[in-house]
Amino acid sequence: MFEHYLSLFVRAVFVENMALAFFLGMCTFIAISKKIETAIGLGIAVVVVQTITVPANNLIVHYLLNEGALSWTGIEALAKLDLRFLGLLSFIGVIAAIVQIMEMVLDKYVPALYNALGIFLPLITVNCAIMGGSLFMVERDYNFGESVVYGLGSGVGWALAITLLAGIREKLKYSDVPDGLKGLGITFITVGLMSLGFMSFSGVQL
Amino acid sequence: MAEQGKTKELLFGPIFDNNPIALQIIGICSALAVTSNLNTTVTMCIALTLVTAFSNFFVSTIRNQIPSSIRIIVQMTIIASLVIVVDQFLRAYAYSISKQLSVFVGLIITNCIVMGRAEAFAMKSPPIPSFIDGVGNGLGYSFILLVLGFARELIGAGSLFGVPILTKVTDGGWYIPNGMMLLPPSAFFLIGFIIWGIRAAKKGQVEKDTFAMAPNTRTSEAF
Repeated sequence: MFEHYLSLFVRAVFVENMALAFFLGMCTFIAISKKIETAIGLGIAVVVVQTITVPANNLIVHYLLNEGALSWTGIEALAKLDLRFLGLLSFIGVIAAIVQIMEMVLDKYVPALYNALGIFLPLITVNCAIMGGSLFMVERDYNFGESVVYGLGSGVGWALAITLLAGIREKLKYSDVPDGLKGLGITFITVGLMSLGFMSFSGVQL
Repeated sequence: MAEQGKTKELLFGPIFDNNPIALQIIGICSALAVTSNLNTTVTMCIALTLVTAFSNFFVSTIRNQIPSSIRIIVQMTIIASLVIVVDQFLRAYAYSISKQLSVFVGLIITNCIVMGRAEAFAMKSPPIPSFIDGVGNGLGYSFILLVLGFARELIGAGSLFGVPILTKVTDGGWYIPNGMMLLPPSAFFLIGFIIWGIRAAKKGQVEKDTFAMAPNTRTSEAF
């Protein structure tokens, strides 16, 4: 049992890395990776939000949306409903709500962390990695335990990737890059090389 | 006449001058993952252009009724509903493509182009120009995606839209396909080179150095 979860975690972090294998959350990945400190802040925020939203959406899918999921209510008319087409709308709603709640809770109880995360928290709502995590969870039919592990793993993988890229970009600004490639262009090529490196994990058998 | 010029600018500006992917760095997520063959690329382009155009149109229609404190949620709901329509349509009429695109149709919701245009343009402009702006940005996105899809499928598999163009060695031809082009990282390299190309042609888009060597002022070190 433990081995199953461990292999799922390792796979989510390395083999199926959100940023470098599926290119999710690329907009923020490229835009907010100029400094290591901000990259780490955003990374932590993503890990936390991802670990909460994926299991939350898992519960919603299993107890509200799937075919026959509403049978726990005991009402016959509801038991036959198949609400899966509402999936996208409810996921984005849950994500937006959780981010908002987290913002308020952090502001009240952990102001230090709230100030550190600052603008990144609201940005996470439109981070494709978060939405992608929930969609992959549905597609692969994870149960609740698996979805907790998968949420944590994919968040950690994304955080790892953005921290690595920020480290490289901090060094990169001292190098002599051809005019047209400056900034965005060379960043893309760097990410391509990193992604090529991460592909070597895909041979890992778990 | 001035009106016509403005429409043209709204429609074609985002393709080269202000390309959403190459200059504004938005909407990159899906640009990379769906371009390994042209079928999925074209489907994605059409889906995104329609969603951007219509979300812009609807957001702009009700822009004066939306309270600014909940505008993000309202925009999200409009966008998500449109994406659900596209998703259900693809499932009904193009199931195999919808299977290949897997989660990426759903991810149009969080595609920053749609959200960004709704927030930056549609909230301030009347419906018709917003619609055209949406189409224009969709085309700018499609331009980069089609170039990527074309190059990746042709070089990586020797075919276009699944139809063989270059005969592969395995089929008794001469072309040895470059498998790397089908792998994800190649999309990053190609986008990097496209950006380089666009910026070589349009010098104004070149980014400034964040760090420059100061001239040496100490004479003792100069000798």
